[in-house]
Amino acid sequence: MTARETNRPPLAHEVRIIDTTLRDGSHAMSHRFTETQVRDTVRALDSAGLEWIEVSHGDGVGGSSFNYGFSGTDEMTLIAAAREEARQARIAVLLVPGIGTVDDLKKAHDAGAEMVRVATHCTEADVSPQHFGAARDLGMETAGFLMMAHRTPAENLAKQARIMVDAGCQAVYVTDSAGALLMHEATERFQALVAEVGEDAWVGYHGHQNLSLGVANSVLAYENGVRYIDGSLCALGAGSGNSPTEVLAAVFDRLGIHTGLDAGALLDAAEEVVRPYLTRWPKMDRNAIVQGWAGVYSSFLLHAERAGERYKVPAHEILRRCGELGYVGGQEDMIIDVAIQLAAEREQGS
Amino acid sequence: MTAAIVGPGNIGTDLLAKLKRSRRIEVAYVVGVVESDGLARARAEGVAASAEGVDWLLQQDPLPQLVFESTSAKAHIANAPRYAEAGIQAIDLTPAHLGPMVCPPVNGAAHLGSPNVSMITCGGQATIPIVAAVSRVVDVPYAEIVASVASRGAGPGTRANIDEFTQTTAKAVEEVGGARRGKAVIILNPVEPPMIMRDTVFCAIPADADRTAITASVHEMIAAVQEYVPGYALRAEPQFDDPQPGWDGNARVAVFLEVKGNGDYLPPYAGNLDIMTAAAARIGELIATAKLEVRA
Repeated sequence: MTARETNRPPLAHEVRIIDTTLRDGSHAMSHRFTETQVRDTVRALDSAGLEWIEVSHGDGVGGSSFNYGFSGTDEMTLIAAAREEARQARIAVLLVPGIGTVDDLKKAHDAGAEMVRVATHCTEADVSPQHFGAARDLGMETAGFLMMAHRTPAENLAKQARIMVDAGCQAVYVTDSAGALLMHEATERFQALVAEVGEDAWVGYHGHQNLSLGVANSVLAYENGVRYIDGSLCALGAGSGNSPTEVLAAVFDRLGIHTGLDAGALLDAAEEVVRPYLTRWPKMDRNAIVQGWAGVYSSFLLHAERAGERYKVPAHEILRRCGELGYVGGQEDMIIDVAIQLAAEREQGS
Repeated sequence: MTAAIVGPGNIGTDLLAKLKRSRRIEVAYVVGVVESDGLARARAEGVAASAEGVDWLLQQDPLPQLVFESTSAKAHIANAPRYAEAGIQAIDLTPAHLGPMVCPPVNGAAHLGSPNVSMITCGGQATIPIVAAVSRVVDVPYAEIVASVASRGAGPGTRANIDEFTQTTAKAVEEVGGARRGKAVIILNPVEPPMIMRDTVFCAIPADADRTAITASVHEMIAAVQEYVPGYALRAEPQFDDPQPGWDGNARVAVFLEVKGNGDYLPPYAGNLDIMTAAAARIGELIATAKLEVRA
């Protein structure tokens, strides 16, 4: 067996859909998922055929904080509960180096996580090898997120993907954190990554619906060789949410592409399990569209709304300014700073 | 007091520029392990410089009294016992943290006799003064710092072991800053032109804390840091928020900082590196002053 073959996990179906309702959805839930909600959601996803279910604080393990929001229930408790409920599905976690650490990863592994998705800004992949190394030592499957993938050209994104793959990453994602990638922009990135690392690792796509392109880009992704695709039930995720898992299942079913998912069961799960507990149903409102339009990290949404209320400035103006200043994932503190500056500008202007 | 700089990279070269202005410290030696621009620069300044490493340094007569180490944690762990054996005090700019952690305006005078002191991390030097400014007024059950650094200002050492940054800084937020529990986050941002270093400090404080006193204490601390980092500034007045769900009944103060470097050798946006070299130079000054006072 060559190193090449060992690095790419075998796929059970033509495409591997990974559900992130319980991780990206954590943003929309202000990181306050209850154990019951997690158990119910995992049971529904598991019986609908999902192989992998991501569970953790929205900003990854160790994300519970003033800056990103404190977890209502300890994420390790939620991971362990998810592990207990899953009969065939396995549990994945997110880790953002600089926020979470290898210690957090070990705790998640002890709680039952079997895959880690290590996320860096799209130009900063060289902060990830430490965490990929640790994950492989723990025997975990690995994936890498190149976040805010619209912020660097396809060719450079592919070079960053290479850094992750050489560090032990088995699937590198074009992670459209801002939901900003237009269809041709997404396509050129899929092609560049498949060309650079496709022999050694899978390529993935993680979409957001801010410009309504998550599902369309997922189809393009598949056509261009992408084999890991993310979704969330009811789109539950940051910004206007992720590509809805139930829609992905229905679309791929119509395309005749085998996902191993039961689309009907997922529709039931979205409608009967997730919708009743939603505190907000992610939608394409002004703030979220601005995020896709101005290329702003989707997780900024609720923070901008809160800062807008606190400092009496419109959230969409805060978000637009964050886009102009080029803030990246993790810089949620800058939202408050921007709100203070905007409030001061308004005062001077009046 | 004679000193040596071990590790003539960006940090070592910037440190040399700063120490050149010192009246109490004379950099006699600069040491690397390969010929480099840093060594050439030191020689051009009239400093004896060698690529023969610490072996060479320890053969010099006189030996330096003080060594500033800006290599890597691994190199410092190997070198530290040799300095100690030769009776040379070490100021450690790597994340090795073998000795007590020091931050000039907080506990700068506390470990002047220690054979080895740790300069913590750049984010620690930028934020711990503020945690301490709050914790000297009220109980701080929890403090969290977020350091945003320009991508170009983060070297390969930081990148290869970013956990070392978050863990060491969090520990120092507790041990030096005075918070009961600490957390640290670092974010690298590649935007062009490069962003000036930014730091945010969040402290949990009692709901009935004296907010005026906290604000005054923060302003005093800013002035104290400005003595050695003139570009250290508040972006806005400290921001107070009443208790919210998930905050364990605590209120919160948030302090937003900008750290603009002095531009000695490193570009001004790299305030993260500047505050590290400036703090190390400051500790060196304090050690040298203490030595002179003992003699007098």
